[in-house]
Amino acid sequence: MRVAYRPLSAPADTRDAHVAFDDVDMAYGGRPVFKSLSCSFPRGRICVVLGGSGSGKSTMLRLIGGLVRPQRGRVLVDGEDVARMRDRALYRVRRKLGMMFQHGALLDSMSVYENVAFPLREQGTLSEHEVEARVRSSLHAVGLDSIADLKPGELSGGMVKRVALARALMREPVIVLADEAFSGLDPVSIKLIEALLVRINHEFGMTMILVSHHIPSTLRMAHEVVLVLPDEVIQGSPADLLASGDERVIRFLNENVDDPGTVLGRMNEFETEVAPESQTTTQK
Amino acid sequence: MMFRMPVALLGRATINFITQLGSMAVFAVDVVIASLKPPLRARQFLDEIYKLGVLSIVIICICGLAVGMVLGLQGYNTLVRFGAEEALGAVVGLSLVRELGPVLTALLATGRAGSATTAEIGTMAATEQLDGLRMMSVDPIDYVVQPKALAMIIVMPLLGAMFTTCGIFGGYIVGVSLMGIDPGTYLTAMESSIDFSNDIAGSLLKTAIFGVIVGLIATYRGYTSEPTSLGVSRATTSTVVTASVAVLLFDYVITALWGI
Repeated sequence: MRVAYRPLSAPADTRDAHVAFDDVDMAYGGRPVFKSLSCSFPRGRICVVLGGSGSGKSTMLRLIGGLVRPQRGRVLVDGEDVARMRDRALYRVRRKLGMMFQHGALLDSMSVYENVAFPLREQGTLSEHEVEARVRSSLHAVGLDSIADLKPGELSGGMVKRVALARALMREPVIVLADEAFSGLDPVSIKLIEALLVRINHEFGMTMILVSHHIPSTLRMAHEVVLVLPDEVIQGSPADLLASGDERVIRFLNENVDDPGTVLGRMNEFETEVAPESQTTTQK
Repeated sequence: MMFRMPVALLGRATINFITQLGSMAVFAVDVVIASLKPPLRARQFLDEIYKLGVLSIVIICICGLAVGMVLGLQGYNTLVRFGAEEALGAVVGLSLVRELGPVLTALLATGRAGSATTAEIGTMAATEQLDGLRMMSVDPIDYVVQPKALAMIIVMPLLGAMFTTCGIFGGYIVGVSLMGIDPGTYLTAMESSIDFSNDIAGSLLKTAIFGVIVGLIATYRGYTSEPTSLGVSRATTSTVVTASVAVLLFDYVITALWGI
């Protein structure tokens, strides 16, 4: 298998935290999800959140989007704390975000074209002619120009994800959040979405925070990996993760990858760049 | 100890009820604010008028006709005992305009349009479509809830008027065509007994109030439903039960307070 891309390291001046969790406590109805969570996502980088089922990976994305509020702590998005923000201000911050939901969250009463055009039409700053040009171009980029008139219910899982990605990118967000972008997809669709995300990050420098269970994709494309364990969050580059002597990391990789050594070998083979200054950090 | 348990349960239920009521009041204020603010959701509003109103016309007309026919039959059989069968038009007309039209329309709209509204919004919540809207900086109350609630308020009086008209026609078929009452007598009795401002305007006002109640309960239940299929199912059931009971209770209150 050959990967036809090569992630680029971001310039040093963009490596400040674009999104950060600062001492966050989160619980659903008394059931704790996080306790004193602190971690950060550098600007312009592809960051992948890994972890077991129910570890709170998706909750991290929902916290960033202000869809849920933590009991304590700060969630900084581009320097603004969304954890205590009023709804009106949240809508302003969300203009910087594009979110791809696990199951697409496409509006099922609308066609694919209308779904992708929706954010631009709501924004109301472009003429219908300009909207159409943008939507057609976007659908072409995700390889779905021929299905513009179909409804979400008529699409396959891979198509739904690609439409969701096209919609998430329509307003040219500075931060892209993707929840399980690769789940339930065939290898061809995984490669396609992976390549799209990497290309978008490379061309537009968007910060990408992806939640994923797909370790091979993660290790190939990520600049930073955040591994959410029951009591800890371990953050570092993919190479750091693979080289880690922490037995929980090793156990996680062994449970989720057939052969971690092979994945690392492939990473080297494809000359995947890893930022040299990136270090494994552990936060309690 | 024996009495503490039921008292605690009653207390918890009361607190829960008041909390729900408060939450619904806040929700109602949000809907009103959203409907007053631009943008005007004309397309969504017209879509909802079609879904809630136009698609309910057949069931409303059939039920109205059936109720009018039963009313005509029962009314004739009762009135004929007192030799007052010429008053059938007045009995059918007043019953339908003042009471049966608004109430039965509201109950039918709750079962058809109210439950559909709750299920649709609840499914949108369960499939993260509402969160998707929020992430696109679109307020779901403005985009999804407000057009549905407003459409319900607008269509309810219109459906009520259709129900009543069909009912009067049903009564006419039974009274005039089957029982042999003179058509002029039937219509004159009705015309002389029904007052526009008291009866017809009151009936329209009543159905509009029922529209507010059903619209609010249906959208609130859908919006706050648990994001699971079971949650949507519970919310839909709750809408039908709560809205039906609320319509009947408010019917009494409106009649007692304003005499309509």
